[in-house]
Amino acid sequence: MLHQIEGSKAMAQAIALCRPQVVCAYPITPQTHIVEGLGEIIREGELDNCEFINVESEFAALSVAIGASAAGARAYTATASQGLLFMAEAVYNAAGLGLPIVMTLGNRAIGAPINIWNDHSDSMAMRESGWLQLFAETNQEAVDLHIIAFRLAEELSVPTMVCVDGFILTHAVERVDLPEQAQVDAYLPPYEPVQSLDPNDPISIGAMVGPEAFTEVRYLQYYKQQQALGLIEQLSDEFAELFGRASGGLLRTYNVEDAELVVVAMGSICGTIKDVIDEMAADGVRVGLVTLTTFRPFPTEALNAALSDAKDVLVIDRSLDVGMGGPLASNVAIALREMLRPPQLFSAIAGLGGRPVPKTSLHRLFRQAAIQPWSGVHFLDLNERVIAREIHRRGKSRRAGPTAEAILKQLGQERAARLARMPR
Amino acid sequence: MSDLQKLKFYQKGTLTVGNRLVDEAERNVQASRDRSNSLTSGHRACQGCGEALGARYAIDAAMRASGNQLIAVNATGCLEVFTTPFPETSWQMPWMHSLFGNAAAVATGVAAAMRVTGRPTVRVVAQGGDGGTTDIGFGCLSGMFERNDDVLYVCYDNEGYMNTGVQRSSATPPTARTATTPAVGAEPGNVFGTGKFVPKIAMAHEIPYVATASVADLHDLEAKVTKAMGVRGARYIQIHVPCPLGWGAASHDTIKLARLAIETGLFPIFEAEHGRVTQVRKIRRRTPVVEYLKLQRRFTHLLRGGEADPRVARLQAIADRHIEEYGLAEAAT
Repeated sequence: MLHQIEGSKAMAQAIALCRPQVVCAYPITPQTHIVEGLGEIIREGELDNCEFINVESEFAALSVAIGASAAGARAYTATASQGLLFMAEAVYNAAGLGLPIVMTLGNRAIGAPINIWNDHSDSMAMRESGWLQLFAETNQEAVDLHIIAFRLAEELSVPTMVCVDGFILTHAVERVDLPEQAQVDAYLPPYEPVQSLDPNDPISIGAMVGPEAFTEVRYLQYYKQQQALGLIEQLSDEFAELFGRASGGLLRTYNVEDAELVVVAMGSICGTIKDVIDEMAADGVRVGLVTLTTFRPFPTEALNAALSDAKDVLVIDRSLDVGMGGPLASNVAIALREMLRPPQLFSAIAGLGGRPVPKTSLHRLFRQAAIQPWSGVHFLDLNERVIAREIHRRGKSRRAGPTAEAILKQLGQERAARLARMPR
Repeated sequence: MSDLQKLKFYQKGTLTVGNRLVDEAERNVQASRDRSNSLTSGHRACQGCGEALGARYAIDAAMRASGNQLIAVNATGCLEVFTTPFPETSWQMPWMHSLFGNAAAVATGVAAAMRVTGRPTVRVVAQGGDGGTTDIGFGCLSGMFERNDDVLYVCYDNEGYMNTGVQRSSATPPTARTATTPAVGAEPGNVFGTGKFVPKIAMAHEIPYVATASVADLHDLEAKVTKAMGVRGARYIQIHVPCPLGWGAASHDTIKLARLAIETGLFPIFEAEHGRVTQVRKIRRRTPVVEYLKLQRRFTHLLRGGEADPRVARLQAIADRHIEEYGLAEAAT
């Protein structure tokens, strides 16, 4: 049924349709509305056999989910940013134990400087943890990916993160088609754990593993993620059949045929990119887009197939591997090694800490890639005046003080000067 | 020893070897042929390990109380490492280890799973050492208490991080030498005025049941675990378990040291319900702390100058304060 609804509320309803049995809640912007929504649904008694647990930290949130999942319950939690890092140890632990927990990540920057707005730094910080990572482009996809995620996680017994751009998706009110309970029940069977704590069949879980077996344990995690590549496509097909719309999958392409430049990106930014592609196509410039829905496992083969005709590839990262560049670009570069004649790869960092990515900037970026290619990392819309002044200022004194505050002060002074010049 | 000594029959009904002297019904769980042997033999604990002994008694008592419908969650630490060197496991029960600092939260999740999957009779115990409980696991522990989650948390308190090679924890007593509080400098060993006694903090949460116990009194330990299992909600038992390796003590002195910790007043034994102390175990034969200290190499630096070391007096003052605070002195007969 179609609803005009906030993304978080829609996701809460979709998660409830998946019949979670233990929901662990800890507030952190911008995912909070999701657990609030779930709390309301559970309090109202709309979910049978489900417990909503208000925990004292994200570390506890995922730890409670670990216990619940290991003991045979379908467990869910949500977090973002600092919260994901605070639970990092448990994130790896859940993956190592092979517990099919589903977690929503309201993608948000990581401090310092503290910043509540959207980028992908949090997902990227946990990209090697062993979780599957799915990225939603729209709120409709955010809803659908949760339903797919529970099925995917439980079939493989691998935890799955549904990554949703903070504010841009979580707080946006738009039209979402929420499925019926019967549809979800037909798609998602009850949780049947591969391992379970049970007094009638006692097992030990979480033993110490030495050098004699650790590599094999890790290899099997890798193997399962490789299996996920096929399963994600299969589950996406099944989803389309049952729900009547395409969602999920490994990746989607847009106008890649005959495109000289193909952009690779993830999440909500892809909507803006598609608008820019359309506008440029009207001017006769052909740009294509590959939207990665699945980041872990990384869909190397599917990506290379999608990029087979591209001359140039531009990867837009919404996070920064500080000493290296864009993490998505690094992953794409590794994937391109498998190609006979790989395209030229350009890397751009955009939309950090909630900085808007306007169409005009993307127009410039795409044209620049065609006429004035760069090497290394390009930072979209970087305020170079501020950077130059701050570097100069820091060069003058050892005790230059904190960077972030100095930049804010500079911007404040500029603004005050502008206001002073304005006619009263 | 010229005067006739008044004999007290300490062992009957309370201490380890007393079993033979009491009725079968009063004998402890370990004396029973159908004890569950949840933590079975063959594990890799050191000789004289207090924790292995405490865990064996605590878990078997909890197993009996729950009709063997029990799941254990374990924090990282000695108990976890010495019991599960796979392919071997010493646990003849469903057992799980996740991380160092999250045993209480994992147990909360297991308990919730039992309810939502229609197995409300299956009970949950979480266990860890003092490091995993009073330090790194403290946030999760307090959260579990505060929510009154249906978990019995057992802390095996050996007063330090023994698994990693004897470092100081917040349960390490003042003056004790550890690898991170070496017996050098102006203030050798662990410093005075630091540390915390988690049973008191547990009581501040007003949870249904808090108790301390000791491997010196295994009847009492079992009785407390049994009592705790009869209650729903958050429960906490801190068991004093000497560590021969970490304390620099003879492995045959484990029980003796545990008993001396009680008899000196250094480790008070009591029960509390909903935040109030309801019962204390009186000291039978009050003993100066120096008797306890001199059996342990972690305190030898205190005794080099003879018993007049002012730091010994400060430790004695701590013990005396416990005796007064909890009313541990035996009433005059």
